[in-house]
Amino acid sequence: MKGLAPILAAIVVLAAVPLVVESNTTLNFLVTTLLIALAGQGWNILGGYGGQYSFGHAAFFGTGAYVTAILQVRFGVNAWPAFAAGIAAGAFVGAVIGALTFRAGLRGSYFALVTLAFAEVLRILASVAPITGAGVGTLIKLDLHVSALQFQSRAVFYWVILALVAVSLLIAHALERTRFGAWLIAVRENEDAAKALGVDAFKVKLGAMVISAAITAAAGCFYAQYFLFVDSGIAYGTRMSIEALLTPIIGGAGTVFGPLVGALLVKALGEGATWIAGDAPGLNLIVYGCVLVLVIGFAPRGVIGIFRGLYRGLLAGKREAAHG
Amino acid sequence: MVERLLAVEGVSRRFGGLLAVDTVSLAAPAGRITGLIGPNGAGKTTLFALISGFLAPNAGAIRYDGETITALPPHQRARRGIARTFQVVQPFAGLSVRENITVGAHLRHRGRAEALAAADLVGREVGLGGLLDRPADTLTVAGRKRLELARALATEPKLLLLDEVLAGLNPTEIREIVPVIRRLCDRGITIMMIEHVMQAVMSLSEHVFVLAEGRIIAEGTPAEVAADRAVIEAYLGHGAAKKLGGGA
Amino acid sequence: MFSPVILIPAILNGLMTGAVYALVALGLTLIYGVLHIINFAHGALLSAAMFAAFFAFSLLGLDPYVAALLIAPLFFAIGYCLQRFVIGPASHGDDRNMLLVTLGVAIVVENALLYAFRADTRTIDLPYAFETINIGFTFLAIPRVIGFVAVFAVALVLWTIMNLTDAGKAIRAVAKEKLGAELAGIDVAHVYAMTFGLGTACVAIAACLLMPTFYVNPTAGNAFVLVAFTIVVLGGMGSVPGALIGGLVVGVVESLSGLFLGESLGQIGIFLIFIAVLLVRPTGLFGAKA
Repeated sequence: MKGLAPILAAIVVLAAVPLVVESNTTLNFLVTTLLIALAGQGWNILGGYGGQYSFGHAAFFGTGAYVTAILQVRFGVNAWPAFAAGIAAGAFVGAVIGALTFRAGLRGSYFALVTLAFAEVLRILASVAPITGAGVGTLIKLDLHVSALQFQSRAVFYWVILALVAVSLLIAHALERTRFGAWLIAVRENEDAAKALGVDAFKVKLGAMVISAAITAAAGCFYAQYFLFVDSGIAYGTRMSIEALLTPIIGGAGTVFGPLVGALLVKALGEGATWIAGDAPGLNLIVYGCVLVLVIGFAPRGVIGIFRGLYRGLLAGKREAAHG
Repeated sequence: MVERLLAVEGVSRRFGGLLAVDTVSLAAPAGRITGLIGPNGAGKTTLFALISGFLAPNAGAIRYDGETITALPPHQRARRGIARTFQVVQPFAGLSVRENITVGAHLRHRGRAEALAAADLVGREVGLGGLLDRPADTLTVAGRKRLELARALATEPKLLLLDEVLAGLNPTEIREIVPVIRRLCDRGITIMMIEHVMQAVMSLSEHVFVLAEGRIIAEGTPAEVAADRAVIEAYLGHGAAKKLGGGA
Repeated sequence: MFSPVILIPAILNGLMTGAVYALVALGLTLIYGVLHIINFAHGALLSAAMFAAFFAFSLLGLDPYVAALLIAPLFFAIGYCLQRFVIGPASHGDDRNMLLVTLGVAIVVENALLYAFRADTRTIDLPYAFETINIGFTFLAIPRVIGFVAVFAVALVLWTIMNLTDAGKAIRAVAKEKLGAELAGIDVAHVYAMTFGLGTACVAIAACLLMPTFYVNPTAGNAFVLVAFTIVVLGGMGSVPGALIGGLVVGVVESLSGLFLGESLGQIGIFLIFIAVLLVRPTGLFGAKA
């Protein structure tokens, strides 16, 4: 897709939604959808474009959420700088984990395992450390003012997360058009061949990890402001790691809109399952797991991949018809 | 310009109990084509891996363009102008032919438009002009070999290491690609090529090194090497030189 | 704290716990050694087997050690079918895809257990669970002794299968050289499925050995599997002796550090060792190249 037009169009359409939708339930649904779309776009940068599959992206989500919350609650920092600090902290954690794992040359399953382990270590630490409130968690005080990054109206929250998603779309778009992006994709396709062409694979992967972590951390910061409560399970639990990878894989890994499309589908499937079989624990995730296996089995390039395939097929057909 | 662009000095590489490369010394004179031949398993590709930085030698040094590069990682050698093709071709499968070449071009061109344009030129030079928009994984073997070449060329190398770039090509395809290689040399690129297609290597190279069981067993002009007794024995077995009535 | 009266039982207990860890690790390393994939579904399958043992006892009145004779073949079949009909086909042979597919299976199994049985923790009350053997200077819990012996019995059976049966030879052939094995007429998909089945059966037996002294809930398996991952990485991916020795070592280390450091830090300790090994020496102490 060339140019910024599709992104602008999507953002405009999405921004108009709260003007027609009034129901808080629907708005809440959309906010949480955009939340996992944002977290997923973070994963997409490292996993979709970079081919490094992280199973522990909650490490960044949770760091963003906790730093944002703790700075406000324990150090009296204003919500806006706390938000920014949360993103920076997430990026920093990404840099550390990336430096360690990529320096050690870990790829594939080993990389997935190690990222899983890091997320679990953080979860355990957060569940016992006094600064996070340990098992009880951290509660942000309700303060419905712009200065506290809290809003009476759901719609405003919606526009905030939409703005963040828009930025993440632009980042992915830029990635596809820069040298860094070309190098990242090359490393994904074949790291050795890329190195032979002068690509510093370590730096490129590390850079992708930092960007990826920052974006997913932003989702965590938003979570803290929206729900006003963070604990170790929410922050660093496997659920967020799974949702972060699920949305781009289903929507289309390595594409700009993949995570957004995937988030809509995942949430819709979740709601559908609840509607059919009731609100039972674990049901959503059963559906997600099945969908993951089915998508990998039948449509590894995700929904967008299916459409691209059809489009290419159509083009090829037209070309043949024209020359035939 | 340094007379010997590349100098490999006493380089050895061991894998467990196997000494794959045994105290090899050779040189590639600037602006010339140097051949590297030898029976299968002789260690030629290992040597290329050592020169391009994918393996570290257990002993010895590698000098390039006046600098000792033995400790440099592959991407930095590429930046200094050493490019290689892989014996088992490795296209970036999900990308188009042009995008593949662009990755190489990006080494010298930061902007995407410039890199794409440069990739276009290189692609045409190598004979892939009509296929630039195709996905790389739809190319034939010959096409993939050209793509390997194009990608390496896009990095604007001074030294080009070709690892069996003719393998798997039929005689027509070979006849088409040999002039391309010769033109590269005319442009000033130093080439070292591993080949089994004797005719091509002997007609392209000005100097040939013969590697067998990790050691250099002969070197010289193609004619000298072809008549060398040790070389004949390495390929045809012990006593073959005598039987053939030849040998230096 | 260093008195032998406290240390020796701690070490012995560690060995017995370690033996069960080793069994779980054995299943994992077997699967990795042949299929070259890290089975992310291992933990969920362990939890499922533990539930099976639980229900065998509470519904059928079967002693877990007896139930193992039924549950092991059952889970062999489950593992076989999973690899043959789900994981193999869905992955199309791509490593990255296999990663995601086993993760998907793990998610489905764990949450299916959650959906069916809720999150409550359950235990079984075996009449002789608390009886002990007096070996002179200390007492050893009977179920744990049985577990220890059973693990070595299983290892012996596995060794026999691998070295003395045709199926075992086929498995070893595929592990060493897949293409060659294929060309020799071996049905690789079948071998992969058998290996996965064997690995899952190991886990099922481990589950039966654990139930008398442990508890079950949908996520119980994960804790063990994490330790198993650590062992496999420490002992070397694909190395059977590595898994056994590594299991015993980790069991003892865990027991001793529990003695000196306390519970929750122990968990982190295992993760940190895990990360450290992966970063420093991913091939482990005995393993082949990663």
